[in-house]
Order: sequence, then C-alpha cells, then structure tokens
Amino acid sequence: MSENIKIVENATCTFCGCVCDDMHLHVDVEEKKIVKAKNACILGRAWFSEHTIEENAPAAMIDGKEVSIEDAIEEAAQTLVNAKFPITYGLSDTTCEAQRQAVAITDIIRGNIDTTTSVCHGPTGLAFQGVGESTSTLGEVKNRADLVIYWGGNPAESHPRHFGRYAVTPKGMFIPGGKKDRTVVLVDVRKTKSAPVADIFIQPKPGKDFEILWALRALVKGKTISADIEEETGVSLEVLQDLTEKMKNCRFGVLFFGMGLTMTRGRHFNSGALLALATDLNEFTHFVAKPVRGHGNVTGADNVVSWQTGYPFGVNFSRGFPRFNPGEFTTVDTLSNGHADAALIIASDPGSNFPKRAIEHLKSIPIVVLDTKQTDTSKDAHVAFRTSTYGINTSGTVYRMDDVPITLRPAFESPFPDDEKILTGIRKRVHELMLARHSANGAIGEAKVAAPL
Amino acid sequence: MKMILIPGRSAKQGTSLNHGKLKEEYIETTSTLEMNPDDMQKLKLSDGDSVRLKNATGEALVKCIAKKPGDLPSGMAFIPYGPPSSQLMESDTAGSGMPISKHMEIEIEKL
Amino acid sequence: MAASMRIINGRVYDPTNNVDGEIKEICIQDGKIVASAGDDVTVIDAKGMVIMPGGVDIHCHIAGPKVNAARKLQPEDHRHDVHPATPFTRSGTGGTVPSTFATGYRYATLGYTTAMEAAVTPIGARHTLEEFHDTPVIDKGFYVLLANNIFLQKLLKEKRMEEFDQAVAWWISSTKAYTVKLVNPGGDEPWKGKKNSNVSDIDELNDEGLTPRKIIEAFVKTVNARGFPHPPHIHCNNLGHSGNYITTLETMKTANGLRAHIAHIQFHSYGGEIGKNPVSKATEIIDYVNNNSNITCDVGQVMFGKSTIMTADAPLAYVLKGHSKGKWVNADTECESGCGIVPFTYQEHIYMHTLQWAIGLELFLLSKDPWRVMLSTDHPNGGSFQSYPKLIKLLMDKGFRREEMKRVNQKALINTILPDLEREYTLNEIAIITRAGPAKALGLHNKGQLGVGADADITIYDDMEDKEEMFNAPRYVIKSGHLIIENHEFRNDFNGRLLHIAPEYDKKIEEVVQPFFEDYYSIEFANYAVDDHYLHDHEVIPLGETHS
Repeated sequence: MSENIKIVENATCTFCGCVCDDMHLHVDVEEKKIVKAKNACILGRAWFSEHTIEENAPAAMIDGKEVSIEDAIEEAAQTLVNAKFPITYGLSDTTCEAQRQAVAITDIIRGNIDTTTSVCHGPTGLAFQGVGESTSTLGEVKNRADLVIYWGGNPAESHPRHFGRYAVTPKGMFIPGGKKDRTVVLVDVRKTKSAPVADIFIQPKPGKDFEILWALRALVKGKTISADIEEETGVSLEVLQDLTEKMKNCRFGVLFFGMGLTMTRGRHFNSGALLALATDLNEFTHFVAKPVRGHGNVTGADNVVSWQTGYPFGVNFSRGFPRFNPGEFTTVDTLSNGHADAALIIASDPGSNFPKRAIEHLKSIPIVVLDTKQTDTSKDAHVAFRTSTYGINTSGTVYRMDDVPITLRPAFESPFPDDEKILTGIRKRVHELMLARHSANGAIGEAKVAAPL
Repeated sequence: MKMILIPGRSAKQGTSLNHGKLKEEYIETTSTLEMNPDDMQKLKLSDGDSVRLKNATGEALVKCIAKKPGDLPSGMAFIPYGPPSSQLMESDTAGSGMPISKHMEIEIEKL
Repeated sequence: MAASMRIINGRVYDPTNNVDGEIKEICIQDGKIVASAGDDVTVIDAKGMVIMPGGVDIHCHIAGPKVNAARKLQPEDHRHDVHPATPFTRSGTGGTVPSTFATGYRYATLGYTTAMEAAVTPIGARHTLEEFHDTPVIDKGFYVLLANNIFLQKLLKEKRMEEFDQAVAWWISSTKAYTVKLVNPGGDEPWKGKKNSNVSDIDELNDEGLTPRKIIEAFVKTVNARGFPHPPHIHCNNLGHSGNYITTLETMKTANGLRAHIAHIQFHSYGGEIGKNPVSKATEIIDYVNNNSNITCDVGQVMFGKSTIMTADAPLAYVLKGHSKGKWVNADTECESGCGIVPFTYQEHIYMHTLQWAIGLELFLLSKDPWRVMLSTDHPNGGSFQSYPKLIKLLMDKGFRREEMKRVNQKALINTILPDLEREYTLNEIAIITRAGPAKALGLHNKGQLGVGADADITIYDDMEDKEEMFNAPRYVIKSGHLIIENHEFRNDFNGRLLHIAPEYDKKIEEVVQPFFEDYYSIEFANYAVDDHYLHDHEVIPLGETHS
C-alpha cells in the first residue's frame, strides 16, 4: 500500500438498485485501488475492491487482436451500419449519459434496442402499462411506512442495505422507533436469509403468487374466499385474512416485490395483481408498491429509453420511428428467433445468463462489446472495448430503484475510456455513414449545428 | 427424480461476479445446487457430489449441497444464476420478453 | 455560427414594440435581432406571410419524473402517432405525452421556441435537466415545487422568516429552477399521512398550526422581495371542485397587491356546491383579474379528446381516477411532493367537460388585458399543446365557435354566457397571449418581441383564412438565428438553452437544512444540489425589481 491515500466522501455504490450514496472510500491513488469502502455492504465491498485496473489489458480488440480505439470505433460503426437487424442490449451497468448515446446510435442505424429490464422487471413494466402503480421514493418508506411487505425477493442477499438504510430499521419522521414501529412481512417460496427480519413469514407453494394476490384483492374488497385456498396455494385463509386486516388498517403500507413474481408462471399477471392490490388498498389507507430493481442503473435505462422513445424497453426503429413489442423486440426473442444479425452489447453479459438457444445465436453473429472486464460475451466479440467503471472511475448519472437520480463521484482514474466516450465516437461515425447514404438519396439540409443527437 | 429448480441471486454470486465472471470462484458458485436433505438422501447424495440436471432444453452438471429442511421444501432446488442455469432455460417468452427463469421443471440424477 | 439573415416583405406582429401588422424588414446576426444586415446574407422573402416572435408557453408539463412516468404508462398513446426521424432529426413518438425529441420538434412545428415545465420536485430536478438536454430546438426552464416542502413548512411554523427566505433561494439555486411553484399548498400531508385525505379551505389549520393561506403569503412575499423575474406560480387549493372560485379569489387577495401568477385558472372558476355539478364563475374570476394588475394567469383551456392528467395535486388525481375508472399512478416524493397521473378523455356530451371548455373560452373572451390572461391548455391536462392552433381558431373565428357549440352538452352551455360572446381575437392579440404576454410575465425581456437585441426566435406563417391551418404549420421557424424549418421541412437540428435564475443566499443556510436531510431524506445532503454539468447551454435570467 502506498502512502498516498485519498478519501472520497459521499460516493455512490452502483452495484445494486439501492444505489447507496453514503460511501466513504479510501483510495490508494498510486495503486489505483479502493482499499476501504466504509458503509458498503458485502456486495458493495466486493464491487469497490475488485474493480482494479488491469493495466496491460488491451483497450480495444478486433477478433481478439489489439487495435487502436479509433480503428475499433470504425469497425464497430461499419459492422452496425451494414447489418440488417442490429440489436443494442444491456445498459443497466452504465451511466445515463452513455445510455442516451446508445439509444441515439440505435435510432440512427434503425436498429433494435432493449435493456436488461426485459429479463428482470420487464413484466412489471408491462403490468405498469396495464394498471398503473401507487408508489413512492424510499425516503417516504423510511419516514412513514408502518407495514412493510416483501414478496418474492431476498434483499438480505440481493440488496443487503435495503432493510437497514431504507425500509426496516431506520427511524423516520413518523416512525420514531424504527423497526419496532413497523410490521415486516416476507412472502417467499424459500425461507431465505431475509426471513429473520420478518415478523410474519408466509411460505406459499411455488408458482401460486397470482392466486394468493388475487385472493387478497377479493378479501380487501370484502368478498368471500373459500378455505380450500390453502390446498391450492399452501397458505391458509386465516393467514390471508390477518394480512388483509393489517394492510387495510396500517397508516402507510408498502409492498416491495422481486423477481420471484416476474420470472415465474404468471409473469406480468403476478406484477399486475400486486400493483392492483396496492391500488385497491388506497380506498382504505395510503398504500404504495415498488419493484426492488437489480443492477445499479437499470432504472436509469428505463427512464432514458422511455423519454427518448416513449417506451421502456424492447424498442425497434426499423421503420424510422420507435415501435414497442415485448416478445418480438426483446432480446431473448430477437436472438432465439434468429433475427438479429449484429449486436452492440453494453455492460452486460447475455452470453452467460440468457437461455441456451439465445446464446447459441449470439455466438453466431458479429458483436461489439463494451465491458470493464472480460466476460463470456466479450471473449468471442468481433469488436471488444475495455471501458472504465462507472462510479469508480467515471462520473455520470444513475437512477436509484425509486427513480431518484444521483451524480457519481469517481474515486480514481482509469487508463481506459468510459462507455459514453466510446459510444459517442460510434454515434458520430454511424451518423456520418448514414448521412452519406441519405445525401446519396437526395436529402437537403445542413449538418447539425449543436444537435442533441 | 423430478424437481423444481429456482435460480436466483445469492450474496456469494454477487461478490464473486465482481471478481470476474470467468474466474473460478464465480464458476464454482454458479455450479453449486442447494437441495433439501431428504431429497438428497433419496438420491443417496452427500455434500459435494455431482449431479446431472436435465430438461427438454438442455442439461448441466453441478455439485450439490444440503440446506436446512425448513428453508427449502422437498422437491425444490436452488442455484445461483449463471451459465449452468442458462443451459436449462427455455427461450420462449410467451410474448413477454421474459423467459421462465425461476420455477423450471427438471430431472435430477446422481452421477 | 448562426447565419446572418434578412426577412423582407412580411407583415410583422410585435406587440411589445407596438408593431401591429406593418410590413417591416427583420434582420438577424449572431442569433440576435439587429438593425440592419449586409446585402450578402440569406434573404427570406415573406411576402404574403405573417411574422411573429417565436411562441412562449408559460405553463406546460414536458419533462421530468411525472412526465416520464406518464410516457411509460401509455404505449397506446404513442402507437397511433409516430414521429419519424429525418436525416437531421431524431425519431420519437407523440400522443398527449410525446417523447422528448418529438416534444421539441413539435413545439417548433407550431412556431413555439420557448416552453416552461410547470412542476418539478427538487429531487427530480436532475432528471428534468437530463430530459431537457434531449428536448431539441426550444429554450426551456422549470418551476420547482416548494409549497408542500416539509422543511420550509417547519421554518414557517416556527416563524423563522429570514431562514425561510434563505432556504427558498438555496432550493432554487440548488435545482437550477426558474421560479417557485405552489401546488395545493398544505394538501400533501393529509394525503400521505392521513389516509388519503385533503385540505378543503384556504384557512384550514393543519396539525402544525399552518394554513394554505399562510404558506402562499410567505412565498409571495419572498419571491417579490427578491425580484424573481416570474412570481410564484400558483395552483390553488380545491382544483376542479364545485365552488372553488371562492378559494381562487381568496388566493389572489392573499397576494395583497404583490405579483402572483395563477395557473390554469379555468380549473379554479367553478361555482355550485361540492359534490354537485358546478356552474360557471368565469365572470367573477376574470373581473378580479381585470381589475388587479398584480395578477397574471394562464387559462388552462380544456380541449375535447384525449388528455393526460398529471399533477403534483395527488388527491385531485385520485378523484379523477374515480371518474375514469382506468389506470392510475400515484408517486410520493419524500419531504417534497405528491403526484398523480390519470389518462383522461374530455367528451362533448358530458356536462362537466362542456362546462370546463366553455369557462375557458369565457375567460379568454371576457379578458380586458391580454397581456395578463395567457394561452395554455395546462398541457397535457386540459389537452395537448398540439391543439393550440384549434384553440386560436376558436378565439379568432366566432363562426367556428358557433359550429363547435352545437356539438356540446347544451345543459352546460346555457349555464354560461359563451353563446352571447361575439368577440374575436385579432392577430395582434394572439401574438400577445402566445408570445409577448408570457415573455413579459416571465421577465424574459429578449423573448416574445422582435426589437433590436432580442433573441432571433422567429416564426413566419402563411397568412391564411383558416387560423387553425395557419398556426398549425409555419413556413419558416428560426431559433437563435438558425433556420430550423424551411418550407415546412426540418433543415437542421438545434439544442435550445436552459433558462434559470440564481438568487444569492447565505451559505450558512446549508447548515440549517443539512441536519433535516440527514434525518429524513434518503440521499446524502452533499449529493442533492445539481451541479453545473447538467446545465449544458444555459442562460441565467437576472433578478428584477424588488417589491414588498
């Protein structure tokens, strides 16, 4: 360890959707390493300590051979412009500034853009379009929630500070006693490491979330439910009735939910049932719901894609304007049905976590990858960029799971460029290439002046 | 034996992926199946034994370890997300964009 | 660099400089209007055309957290109204809540070059600024929501007025806002903390001993004393409720002669009893406005068809959810605001909707000072900004108005005096309510006018009999001296500026605010203020005369 330790206060951890911005980092500037991350959870500590610089790694490669960044940008642009169905995917682990460039590239080349949302809370996005959502920022939960329900998620392992910083233990404006002023309920098919925090643990049969949520809606509305619900769902009518009373009589209730709802049988119907339940409860008291989002800036990706196109994910520009169709323009589908003929993958590793068939197709097409480390996806890339890590080496904007935007404070410099810089380079080049095509087709006009492109 | 497989996150999967997805620790974490001890007994399995997971989509070879019986009901198994769980994931999304990534029906056998 | 340009032979409407339809040459250099330009410059022959300053929208909802939630909520609103890319411009989608690019281009397509987003939570300022950067062509700014700010209310309750004043300035500076926005003052706490209830009277005491009136009064005083270019922008209590005109009159009286802007005043001009059908109180409201020059307002006209209700007035959105029976978004922001979103449709055959439509038109037609009664639809609450050309035709063409009146609910119509109003707006008056007036009310001295030194934001329309058609498609639009639209086609792209103010404050106020943050916010105090890199192109509008 060198003598030269720099302290970065109020830094932000971008590992999970909690986006905790109270990190106190000790940075060894010469070694380019974070030696201590005060306030970080187990995941955050690994995030900060493991993102070191591999000095000798090439910044850019074509087909596994080191090239200049300029050459790689040129090859990436040519690859994307010459494809018939180029797809852009990933985006949850980078800044909004980079995400904006990625949507621009896809718009210009008339490609297809999708984010990791489609395999995370994509179904919740669809449910939101169907029924809306009563929701709040996490600070409201901290200040007001006297009933906190977690459904189909295991924050103790996926979002370790969710309990301590936002939703269970902190004291709030109207919750002076912290945890003792709240009732905590956990609903999960497994008794996970989150169970000890719950006052009430409910363990249904797997794949029965929709039935239970719908029964709760009925009970909230005063309808009769038959006692054989227990046989169907593994949860007794008595337990459901008790939960109903707790929900109706709390002062400020919140339903947090995870991918136990979105990734199982029912998918968007599960999320929709939960969102509708929270909405229904507003007839009796104040009630909100919130998906517990995963990767650091997946919520930013939803926001950026939405404001630029009107739709949150699964967007296709092939007709010159955005179209939205989950199941067609979502990446598992564009890959497994064999439509995509080139891919731009940003800060994501579909090569290791997609369905087998999608991975097989991905490996058969030219891909351009931006990532901070080598992954299953980048190791076979046609063009691979090694980029710096957001929140550790570069600033930018990240949205917490409750849509609160936060500016990152980098800890030390990386020799590698950031995603935004590479994507801006690709965007400029594909724009030139496409403008040349348009001019050849007789379009009139000036080149842009100070365009927001 | 038929089982329901639930892939998900675990803290170890989360910490090891920071180290690198091509590194041994991540590969080991995502290749470790958690099972109910009664089920393991039926299959004559002990901690660390290798099993083959199989369904219509594909198959994966992983090691198994026992969880407390109350934490994981009989008939259910858990594995941290990663390349092995991908091998078993059906690509059809039923028009939603989301493949069924939890609650996968699989056949498990001792190697 | 923007080109030099001469626009010749056009009929100019520039009310600020008392130019009412004269043929006049307009010269442009370096993005500004100049007295003369050389011969060797681009010349636009505007013979047979009408020249006006670029339009200025004083009240709309176009960017930020609630707007984006409303976008995400409604794929059905975008699908039927796509916005294709051109070689020079980005693609997008329309509907009542267009994507950012479509928003900028479509404002330009109507000849508007400035628009003010009317309700942003302080914590959502960063998000709003990011969206602004993706909103092309127009200049823009936003009003920051402070009336239900728990910390500011605490200072008021404890009568710490000096600190209140400093904290308001700190919040404005920290968010890069244009002025303060007050929405349903005092209504958030009953909504969030008392099982979805609301305040119903401007003098209703809350648990802390505060009334909506005290909150309004404090903001009016501070903002006037500091000389903000635009006064507090007020969404009164009881929006949409029968009998609310009393609250509106009391709110205006609370200003006590100081400047105040009443937003979407149409929604606040209803008589009758709570729970029963309202009647029009347009006359009572507009008489007060006509007689009190400290008040400005925008109308918030209702236009039949699809709209999207999006408001910081969460209890109101919940009431409307009960009518629409459809999807609903509620979004609480810690310590700062509530928010509700409801897709909505105004229908001619419904009594309430016709009454709202007629009241808006009554207000316009009874207004004696167009400089203070401005055009808005509270986009997209009363209808989309894209319906402005139709609204202009309703104001300019009584024959058209009569035809439209035949299609509406007649029981509602006879409860108004709209059928008796013969007034037709002139082009000069339209130029006032869509440009010169809003610019003046905003204190944007370089906008809404074409005098030497003004921003070269210019719209050139074909002079047509059908005013809807005319205002729907200007032949040329020039923004900051750049020719953006030529012969109805985009020739260029442009990224407008952020307009904001930067009132000074004593740094010590941060020590007063910080402990509250540490206890009750979920982000760190040090990460709250928006830093300058979100500004991009921007202009700090100077503070003006102070009044107390």
